[in-house]
Amino acid sequence: MSLYTLLGALEIGLIFSLVALGVYISFRLLRFPDLTVDGSFPLGGAVAATMIAAGYDPFTSTIVATLAGAVAGLITGWLNVSLKIMDLLASILMMIALYSINLRIMGKPNVPLITEPTVFNLLQPEGMADYVFRPLLLVFVVLAVKLLLDGFFATQSGLAIRATGSNARMARAQGVNTGVAVLAGMALSNALVGLAGALFAQTQGGADISMGVGTIVIGLAAVIVGESLLPSRKLYLATLAVIVGAIVYRFFIALALNSDFIGLQAQDLNLVTALLVTIALVVPRLRAHWSGKKGA
Amino acid sequence: MLKATDLRLTFNPGTPIETQALRGMSLEIPTGQFVTVIGSNGAGKSTFLNAVSGEQKVDGGTIEIDGIDMTRQPVWARARHVARVFQDPLAGTCEDLTIEENMALAKMRGERRGLSFAVKPALREEFRAQLSTLGLGLENRLSDRIGLLSGGQRQAVSLLMAALQPSRLLLLDEHTAALDPRTAAFVLELTVRIVAEHKLTTMMVTHSMRQALDVGQRTVMLHQGRVVLDVSGTEREGLDVHHLLDMFEKVRGEEIDDDALLLG
Repeated sequence: MSLYTLLGALEIGLIFSLVALGVYISFRLLRFPDLTVDGSFPLGGAVAATMIAAGYDPFTSTIVATLAGAVAGLITGWLNVSLKIMDLLASILMMIALYSINLRIMGKPNVPLITEPTVFNLLQPEGMADYVFRPLLLVFVVLAVKLLLDGFFATQSGLAIRATGSNARMARAQGVNTGVAVLAGMALSNALVGLAGALFAQTQGGADISMGVGTIVIGLAAVIVGESLLPSRKLYLATLAVIVGAIVYRFFIALALNSDFIGLQAQDLNLVTALLVTIALVVPRLRAHWSGKKGA
Repeated sequence: MLKATDLRLTFNPGTPIETQALRGMSLEIPTGQFVTVIGSNGAGKSTFLNAVSGEQKVDGGTIEIDGIDMTRQPVWARARHVARVFQDPLAGTCEDLTIEENMALAKMRGERRGLSFAVKPALREEFRAQLSTLGLGLENRLSDRIGLLSGGQRQAVSLLMAALQPSRLLLLDEHTAALDPRTAAFVLELTVRIVAEHKLTTMMVTHSMRQALDVGQRTVMLHQGRVVLDVSGTEREGLDVHHLLDMFEKVRGEEIDDDALLLG
């Protein structure tokens, strides 16, 4: 594997670590199985790419894309909290609704960003190669997001959201409006996914309607891989684990796709992902099974 | 002061499994009084408690606390005035959060939660001091997950949490029922101490007639969603468990008579 593919994997891994942090918030902290992600990721990309192509400043576009993701999460939360639609179903409804919405936003199946400015090439210093600078900038973005999240979830409001996911009945008895907590958590989760989509579109030369397919599985894969590499109940370690998981996962994918002797091609990506997640889910249980047998 | 007036609630109305859980249940608890509530299974004890806490909406009647009408308020809004300890030790705390985070949640019960850090050094010292009164060594385990604690320890912490913030009413829902006898005695003793210390208006639902007579100032017996016995003062002091049992039988007996009349 060349340095170029290595840095490429790191770059995509870092972007997907934002998705993974979002998935961690919904699946783990709120215990809300949220598939909105498959729609809010391309939503972020569509909003950012369309705005940049229309001449808006890339920073503004990225912020608007992040907010669009937050709104998508808010609506999924609202379907569940106010309309009492089952959580998983609410998120599926939002996901398919977003497919149409994303097409409407872009006006066509894809919006290329070839010569347009992006947050990356605007900030890129003279004399540094773009494939080096992009992961470098992303490391800062991801670390900043991680620290902000760690801080937020230690505040009174953040604690209320965690309590809602852990024991909603207790949270209500302590005066937490759990409906609002779910809405806030879902908005935060999908805002991160929207941000990831916006950054993805700006590194990959544009947004595409199908760029969201399987996002949730990649996000979950990152969370699960991270948790098995760095098992911890402490939040700041858990968020770190999720980021590491996203990067490690991406390296494995790059390794699998770049090893000629395995004979895999780019279109096998989703199959490899599904296999990896299955293995990550089954191995801990098998391990427990075996050690249990030894003990008996 | 709690004032529940003519509460009515029917589960599954219009179906073969229709159950009238509350049939004109009325109860007033003056400020500072500690009331114990007993009754057989299905008497409406838990339903009444859930109606007061807001977990169960009633079909009719009103619930007032210190003159504020709570009947239509959701649980989280009532939490401003009502503290609660659950029967299940796992229900009253968040197992994924640490001891200090759980206490920080309770410290803000009924208040606006902002963006300041939930556990500040001054607060941590307060929690430490509170926990040390338990004598369980928990004051040295503030950053341990509360899920690591035993049921009795969690119930003791739940009681402390209920008293961290002033409340107009403390609800105890058979909170010693799931504990072994020794731990139950410890938690009950702690309950009496905390209630006295904070002069809390308290309603304790219990299965144990012994407990019902030993603690508090007044005992109420429920049957078929109504108050059938209400004793306090000297009358209560003269009562023993077998008296309560007799009354229990009498209430049931009368009912059989009623049915006999109806069928006859």
